[in-house]
Amino acid sequence: MEQAQRPLPQPTRNTQPYWDAARAHRLVVQECACCKARQFYPREFCTACLSEDIGWIDCSGMGTVYTYTVNRRASSAALADRVPYVVAAIDLDEGVRMMANIVDCPPESVRIGSRVRVCFEQVSDEITLPQFTLEA
Amino acid sequence: MTKHLSKSVAIVGAAESELGKVPGMTALDLQAQAAGRALRDAGLSLQDVDGVFAHVDDRFAGLQLAEYLGIRPRYVDSTSVGGMSNVMHIRHAMAAIEAGMCEVALVAYGSTQLSDGTRKVGGTPEDMRMPRGQFITPYGQLSPIGYYAMVAQLHMHRYGTTPRDLAEVAVAARKWAQLNPNAYRREETSIEEVMASRMIADPLRQRDCCLVTDAGGAFIVTTAARARSLKRPPVYVMGIAESFSHHYTPFGTADWLDTNVAQTAEQALQMAGVTRQDIDVVQIYDHFTIGVIQSLEELGFCKRGEGGAFVAGGRLAPGGDFPINTSGGGLSYNHPGQFGMLLLLEAVHQLRKECGERQLPRAELALVHAPGLVFSCNTTLILGV
Repeated sequence: MEQAQRPLPQPTRNTQPYWDAARAHRLVVQECACCKARQFYPREFCTACLSEDIGWIDCSGMGTVYTYTVNRRASSAALADRVPYVVAAIDLDEGVRMMANIVDCPPESVRIGSRVRVCFEQVSDEITLPQFTLEA
Repeated sequence: MTKHLSKSVAIVGAAESELGKVPGMTALDLQAQAAGRALRDAGLSLQDVDGVFAHVDDRFAGLQLAEYLGIRPRYVDSTSVGGMSNVMHIRHAMAAIEAGMCEVALVAYGSTQLSDGTRKVGGTPEDMRMPRGQFITPYGQLSPIGYYAMVAQLHMHRYGTTPRDLAEVAVAARKWAQLNPNAYRREETSIEEVMASRMIADPLRQRDCCLVTDAGGAFIVTTAARARSLKRPPVYVMGIAESFSHHYTPFGTADWLDTNVAQTAEQALQMAGVTRQDIDVVQIYDHFTIGVIQSLEELGFCKRGEGGAFVAGGRLAPGGDFPINTSGGGLSYNHPGQFGMLLLLEAVHQLRKECGERQLPRAELALVHAPGLVFSCNTTLILGV
């Protein structure tokens, strides 16, 4: 039986550096060269000052669970064997919020406010997803 | 700033299509059926309609409906912002009518989500290059329930809200549905039964979620002057306000329990020149039980964090001292793809005193509140007779 294809991100010109970094096990976010504002997800220009001069910074990889849920039903057939899984909104120490799974722990152990650390899950030759684990 | 528009237009005809499970019909069929019924209700003809505000899960809904009805309107608007779309269309219609761009606006919606066997909107595959495709979908978020589960989790963590509080909302909705012959789910239920239903996305269970049904609806909006010459009692647009923030990727650092509702409520009440205490009928979009608790707080009917305690003890149910969602709501009445139309129509029926067993004793002023997508935008509407 053919295995269901997990929905994978398709990088664009603006997001390619983010996905390249993830493949090299680095979590990066955009920082404006002019006003130093940071933004997630990656965009064409800085939404704080309109500058197109945008760079990237390496994140510490640390963050805090803003909120989360435990999915008891998979969003696609390709994720069926992962149920139950945690989807969380994570506030990175760098001041932006992103979404990811919290992996390698019982879902019951996740709390709002839990400290988490980035890890990386290779899902195809091209794509590695930043994920998070609970910080002991 | 929009105060001069208060009572400038009125709803003069309103109707639902067939509801529940309606096999063999398309969303367009239900939408058009409701449109015909709303026009008959208003005592108007298709030839009177010169503005079409239509929304199905298709971008070109306005054109499609005009073609089906055989009319050539001079104003069309198919803006889709999720569940609240048809409530927002009232404001768009008001603007167009005030600007002289049309005079008789038909606002219509239809959906066959139940018969089609899908909760999906649009039926097109997701574009994995878009922000949601790249940064949300790969993580398996269930949408929209996952987002509202995360909101509920936050509410419980911050304020101590309980699963029982959520269940109160579902049970109150069912009790109203039992008074509504058109409601899809009318059987007896209990807090315990809701709390024992299947967990889908913690802490939301199956019975915390709205129904999936087929349904259409339509209403007619025209100038206050013309409204007074028609056969039905005009239901005036007293106040309305909107706010918008995101699509499906709420990555700003804003608080997910502060979604600009306080702002739309205040603006709508100010435009109407009334206070919360003046409101007789409250219709709050109940996609999920937590949505009602959060909206009650943000609308200012109770303090932030007190929504759970506010709904306890059957307060929202028939006989309670804060009756809301008298149709049975999205939780027990009907919930097609987007519930805004039916939410608004129930307010109209209450104000026109057409609600039979579930009619509220005093119904002069109604507040309708609806969000769109995933706490992405809001409309607060005040209607009055």
